[in-house]
Amino acid sequence: MLQRDYTTSQLDVLEAEAIHIMREVAAEFERPCLLFSGGKDSIVMLRVAEKAFWPAPIPFPLMHVDTGHNFPEVIEFRDRRVAELGARLVVASVQASIDAGRVVEQTGRRASRNRLQTTTLLDAIEEHGFDAVFGGARRDEEKARAKERVFSFRDEFGQWDPKNQRPELWNLYNTKISRGEHIRVFPLSNWTELDVWHYIRREGIEIPSIYFSHSRTVFERDAMLLADSTVVQRGDDEPTFEAVVRYRTVGDMTCTGAVASTATTIDQIIDEIAATRITERGATRADDRASEAAMEDRKKEGYF
Amino acid sequence: MDILRFATAGSVDDGKSTLIGRLLFDSKAIFEDQLEAVERTSRDRGTEYTDLSLLTDGLRAEREQGITIDVAYRYFATPKRKFIIADTPGHIQYTRNMVTGASTADLAIILIDARKGVLEQSRRHAFLTTLLRVPHLVLAVNKMDLVDYSEARFDEIREEFTAFASKLNASDLTFIPISALHGDNVVSRSENMPWYEGSSLLHHLEHVHIASDRNLVDVRFPVQYVIRPHSATSQELHDYRGYAGQVAGGVLKPGDEVLHLPSGLTTTIAAIDTFDGPVEEAFAPMSVTLRLADDIDISRGDMICRPNNQPHVAQEIDAMVSWMADGVKLQPRSKLIIKHTTRTARALVRDLHYRLDVNTLHRDESATALGLNEIGRVSLRTTQPLFVDDYARNRLTGGFILIDEATNGTVGAGMIVDAH
Repeated sequence: MLQRDYTTSQLDVLEAEAIHIMREVAAEFERPCLLFSGGKDSIVMLRVAEKAFWPAPIPFPLMHVDTGHNFPEVIEFRDRRVAELGARLVVASVQASIDAGRVVEQTGRRASRNRLQTTTLLDAIEEHGFDAVFGGARRDEEKARAKERVFSFRDEFGQWDPKNQRPELWNLYNTKISRGEHIRVFPLSNWTELDVWHYIRREGIEIPSIYFSHSRTVFERDAMLLADSTVVQRGDDEPTFEAVVRYRTVGDMTCTGAVASTATTIDQIIDEIAATRITERGATRADDRASEAAMEDRKKEGYF
Repeated sequence: MDILRFATAGSVDDGKSTLIGRLLFDSKAIFEDQLEAVERTSRDRGTEYTDLSLLTDGLRAEREQGITIDVAYRYFATPKRKFIIADTPGHIQYTRNMVTGASTADLAIILIDARKGVLEQSRRHAFLTTLLRVPHLVLAVNKMDLVDYSEARFDEIREEFTAFASKLNASDLTFIPISALHGDNVVSRSENMPWYEGSSLLHHLEHVHIASDRNLVDVRFPVQYVIRPHSATSQELHDYRGYAGQVAGGVLKPGDEVLHLPSGLTTTIAAIDTFDGPVEEAFAPMSVTLRLADDIDISRGDMICRPNNQPHVAQEIDAMVSWMADGVKLQPRSKLIIKHTTRTARALVRDLHYRLDVNTLHRDESATALGLNEIGRVSLRTTQPLFVDDYARNRLTGGFILIDEATNGTVGAGMIVDAH
């Protein structure tokens, strides 16, 4: 009989699974890339990639779909992290898509480039010939995502067909595709928001400053606190005020809300999330509030 | 804190969604905005109660039709454990989804309605669970409130199911009388059933021992990826050659003598590397990188094992195959792609021995093909040797998937029963 207890902690199991997924992609695809936005999930994904191929460098480029409406703190962080790793970063610009006439900018107070990102992303995948694209999405985020595969097949239009997904068994992933198709790969599928934060704490990973409590000029819209900035059209009936806030997710300034918080350390953030009664997307993302199936519809079109 | 992955089997009528809803709700994994959305939808549809199944039915078509299409994964945690639920639907494409959900499960919960007792579908669920070698099985006898919390009724169901399970070679079997609706024996022990001396369902899920379910005896390391930094600046890294993979069985230690397949050459483990430093041992499910003492030509798809404990090197494989394709059928002469551990080859179906009726366990030897959701015993011949174990001995080196060469779809899942 074995004397030792071979129990593995949940973070070790999740990390080992994510490493296995990344190596599988590197071994079986010709041109993978990793979507890196500077948000916490993609930061964790990048750390896992570092671990999966160490001591060799990460064998694929990173890609950021830049709406031009990102938080400056996050862009600064993104560039610093890329430089530290010596990685190659591809920036796909929504502004360039607008300038080229590929998409038309929305107008009005609620204009957002959120939906335009899909075209920019799909154009970049085609231009660079990427056949596998790592995303940091988690199944606990949203109910359409709860049914998505780890290796999620996309046809030549980049579309997701939720009713016709490939069964996924054991740790065996089907990587077969035809020319022009690609696979979205989600190594963090089985992680929860709290797992991500516990991992960030354990690994001592740096994250952008806006995740921590700070003072910011904000205004209220749809019961969310939006940052006052040049990219958001604010009405006269939407007065600004100073608030002590932090960001729970990092997306566009036009649709990502801040939450009132005094958490200035990872430990305090973990305590705050453990006690919260609202999901991260419910608390902070106007893009998901459009309808019951807002995420499902965008995903079918080829969204992240 | 470790992870328990479990699958739930049963239909909405058995109270499966109510049970999952209760586990999520009581462990605070359901949030207010999710609950509000469900309450709103329930109201819009004129449902009198808050329909917790709406929490798990994520896709528009599912909500519109009131059915569950696909396996949904749910997450919750208690201070003891993190839980991953593979929630499989009760009706459409049941077998395919349950096989998928059970493939990674440490435990399966089969729900039985105490009024109806052991039905044909309960037997089907139990059979699939044992076919997939899920190590722990829980029979949750639900709706005990509707049979006056009767001990006699519970005993009756237990005896009937135990008799059936003995034919299946079922693993660790636990019976728990519950009422998902009222919460009896779900999170805490019920006062309504003082005759029941076992633990509540959640207590059982928190404490069932799973670490030794993994194969810790037969060393199996499928080589997934070769790490060669080719560094021009560091002499040490210039010559670095590591074999990366996820341990599929046994315990590996530096200094161990190992054997490489297909070459049959032996060497020793020089070091087990990770980003966080070298480790003294590696076991499933760790992802590590091995360095070996001798220079052997090793590539993806190869296997590292022990000289005195090797997998079968086989091109002729007998397996139970669960067919998952809608249009095309599996039949003798079918040519498919087979993916087993990190090795991919082509396979020819040589024979279909029988098709199994998953409700009666009857073997139909006159069957000439397997269609969607059918299971049968199949002989395959592969273009390259595979390094396999019986599925009963190791799920990771005994399982494989089949891929259609024309559509690239995953069309089957196999569990090896014999190889040579």
